[in-house]
Amino acid sequence: MEKTINVTLKVWRQAGPKAKGAFELYKLDNVSTDSSFLEMLDVLNEKLIKERKEPIVFDHDCREGICGMCSLYINGHPHGKDGETTTCQLHMRRFSDGETIVVEPWRSAAFPVIKDLMVDRSAYDKIIQAGGYVSVNTGGVPDGNAIPISKIKADEAMDAASCIGCGACAAACKNGSAMLFLAAKVSQLALLPQGRVEASARAKAMVAKMDELGFGNCTNTGACEAECPKAISISHIARLNREFLCAKFQD
Amino acid sequence: MAKIEETKIDAKIPAGPLAEKWNYYKSHQKLVNPANKRRLDVIVVGTGLAGASAAASLAELGFNVLNFCIQDSPRRAHSIAAQGGINAAKNYQNDGDSVYRLFYDTIKGGDYRAREANVHRLAEVSGNIIDQCVAQGVPFAREYGGLLDNRSFGGAQVSRTFYAKGQTGQQLLLGAYSALSRQIGQGKVKLYARYEMLDVVIIDGRARGIIARNLVTGKVERFFAHAVVIGTGGYGNTFFLSTNAMGSNGSAAVQIYKKGAYFSNPAYAQIHPTCIPVHGEYQSKLTLMSESLRNDGRIWVPKKKEDAEAIRAGKLKPTDLKEEDRDYYLERRYPAFGNLVPRDVASRAAKERCDAGFGVGNTGLAVYLDFSSAIERLGEDTIRARYGNLFQMYEKIVDDNPYKTPMMIYPAIHYTMGGIWVDYELQTSIKGLFCIGEANFSDHGANRLGASALMQGLADGYFVLPYTIQNYLSDQIQVPRMSTDLPEFDEAEKAVKDKIERIMKVQGDHSVDSIHRELGLVMWDFVGMGRNKAGLEIALEKIKQIREEFWTKVYVPGTTDGVNVELEKALRVADFIEIGELMARDALMREESCGGHFREEYQTPDGEALRNDEEFSFASCWKYNGEGQEPTLLKEALDYEFIQRQQRNYKA
Ligand code: SF4
Ligand code: FES
Repeated sequence: MEKTINVTLKVWRQAGPKAKGAFELYKLDNVSTDSSFLEMLDVLNEKLIKERKEPIVFDHDCREGICGMCSLYINGHPHGKDGETTTCQLHMRRFSDGETIVVEPWRSAAFPVIKDLMVDRSAYDKIIQAGGYVSVNTGGVPDGNAIPISKIKADEAMDAASCIGCGACAAACKNGSAMLFLAAKVSQLALLPQGRVEASARAKAMVAKMDELGFGNCTNTGACEAECPKAISISHIARLNREFLCAKFQD
Repeated sequence: MAKIEETKIDAKIPAGPLAEKWNYYKSHQKLVNPANKRRLDVIVVGTGLAGASAAASLAELGFNVLNFCIQDSPRRAHSIAAQGGINAAKNYQNDGDSVYRLFYDTIKGGDYRAREANVHRLAEVSGNIIDQCVAQGVPFAREYGGLLDNRSFGGAQVSRTFYAKGQTGQQLLLGAYSALSRQIGQGKVKLYARYEMLDVVIIDGRARGIIARNLVTGKVERFFAHAVVIGTGGYGNTFFLSTNAMGSNGSAAVQIYKKGAYFSNPAYAQIHPTCIPVHGEYQSKLTLMSESLRNDGRIWVPKKKEDAEAIRAGKLKPTDLKEEDRDYYLERRYPAFGNLVPRDVASRAAKERCDAGFGVGNTGLAVYLDFSSAIERLGEDTIRARYGNLFQMYEKIVDDNPYKTPMMIYPAIHYTMGGIWVDYELQTSIKGLFCIGEANFSDHGANRLGASALMQGLADGYFVLPYTIQNYLSDQIQVPRMSTDLPEFDEAEKAVKDKIERIMKVQGDHSVDSIHRELGLVMWDFVGMGRNKAGLEIALEKIKQIREEFWTKVYVPGTTDGVNVELEKALRVADFIEIGELMARDALMREESCGGHFREEYQTPDGEALRNDEEFSFASCWKYNGEGQEPTLLKEALDYEFIQRQQRNYKA
């Protein structure tokens, strides 16, 4: 049955990319424990609007854990401390009455703040643009069943392909590395015969782009894997490294 | 009653036998040579399955593409949330599938309100889509022998649905996104993320560009192109609560409607039978549970009212009810299709049981979807492999374990079959303006079958538009790039800025969401699953009041510079109000029941939808007449040349 709790929110507010930000405190009473974290923020925003204040800006869209648009550092964890959960799937039943909840944007050199909790993650798109694809045009491709693919490989590729591009991995990483995100794509495509052809060149191009965009180096701390809402495994980073080394040898 | 105009609407359907029309078209259409393609600009608005696949394919052909999306990345488009699968007439299962059968199922599923030629083309290219996606590295589910796996879906008796776990939309979208990214990387597509289209610019009767707002800086900007393609999805969020993403909206459609593009069949909205029931007032959206669950889940409510009451009061658990005390009402009413009847049928059946007092959950607005017999038959591991992520999602929201106790589901607005009218070439009634994917009205008639939205979006974007748009652009090669200083751009920009100004100036005391919620309730109550004349008239009246309320009481904080989410929402809600009115109007006009449009006055004795082919075998096309004016109704007659219309029957 429905329960309610009272919480205090400590939220990062920042008027624009260049503005100086600061935390602000908000009290919110009677929050239904069945509501999601973002619904709780909606309620807070409604309240702010009623008080004729500017609502808190945050990114979100699907609210079902698939689009990767929501972000937020909640109590020191990207997407909160629940495992395998995006912020939009986090529910208030995970918090306790009287708790103070700290809400911050992704903090990473490559993800500058746009406003409040909204950041610019276009660097991830640029990494994909550098090589995260199979170079085929529309039309003129072989029949879907022309190349059998082992179920095990296909399933493994699917697991890697589950990455939602949310940016939590880079945000969680003390080096600000995008390795897990990048490795998931390289791995997915390297596992499939269709993507195998360009595997090494792809790894090289994507890594070069990542370096250029100001992401840090991977030192295998494993923080990304622990915080990834889609349980993307760091074993993909090992596969990426193999592809990357291959590319180096070919040079 | 609506003003009716008897203009003949020409859909430009090629002559000849059904199965040869598309080939005939392709061999006779005009093309643009490679050198000229470079000189032609195309704007594509939207980066979902239709938008991304179209933008990528057009750029591959050599056109310059400008691609817009409101999210921070093209990969966020709501196609990503489609779970179950994509249909294709591959007949890999050797179970009797064919292009014709897919065509037939789609026409029948759409309750004979779609265009034969379009649907046949869709079925023809369906196989190419699978091939294309496999080539892009989409990790479709496979069998142990390494070949592609299929599952069955509502409204079909063959297994023709390809899938990637419960994340098919995600994988297909990421495939299209990767193709698009490749073109962006090569400089052939210029991406405008966090931009929202606010109007189309028409010069000498042709679409020549758009006005868009940069959602980060707040600046209103102008863009020219030789042709404009709208792929911005459906208008389900008119209902406030729907399975659509929070940002999904119908504004591009309203903008072009107001510039003269016809809006077709707005009343055809799909209520999806398997969504997580509404549970609180703060709720922001509804979550869909894939229809694929109906493959193994059995839907039931208690047979006895007193059991339903006890369950609602929390005194009885569903697992306490014996087999003979459960009413598997779909299996009972529709023995041939059972739990796999089309969505509209399943939704109405759930409403019927709940209205009759057999509903469960604390609101009484829920039915069970039970996996216990499937788990018994196949084992928990198999069920986990098939639906694990869906079960997990359910558990996160509801805090119940569906492996142990049946899921609760209830219908919710999910997809809109209606949309912008397009001809066979996917061109709207404005020259040079095209519309693809869910945003158009073309292929699903009055009801869409499961796993067909992905098919249509990708068919339009990969395999139809890249051909048909050339038939238009071949005439445009002499047209130089135009300056965005032309008076038509001035005017369009000014109108947009005035509208923004007008909204900002209201400074009332109602939040945007509160007005949107109010609209949603009216829609759900009167323009939802069951509609009738009196209710629709009330809806029209109430929507008028809501419009009035919006323009006098809405409060948008902040300024027009920089990010202003409330302003974005306000602009969209103003358009949802227009769509809501159009939906009610269309539903009132259509005095029959068909597919997702159920008029309570028109049903068979056993409660099935009763069509009226004599009078309503047409697609409605609404033409805008200016603010405060009633729109004019035009009709595109649907002549069934190749299929004989029947009363839909999923019983035997
Ligand atoms: S790897 Fe995980 S954390 Fe990183 S972007 Fe993908 S889903 Fe997000
Ligand atoms: S809003 Fe889409 S993943 Fe959270």
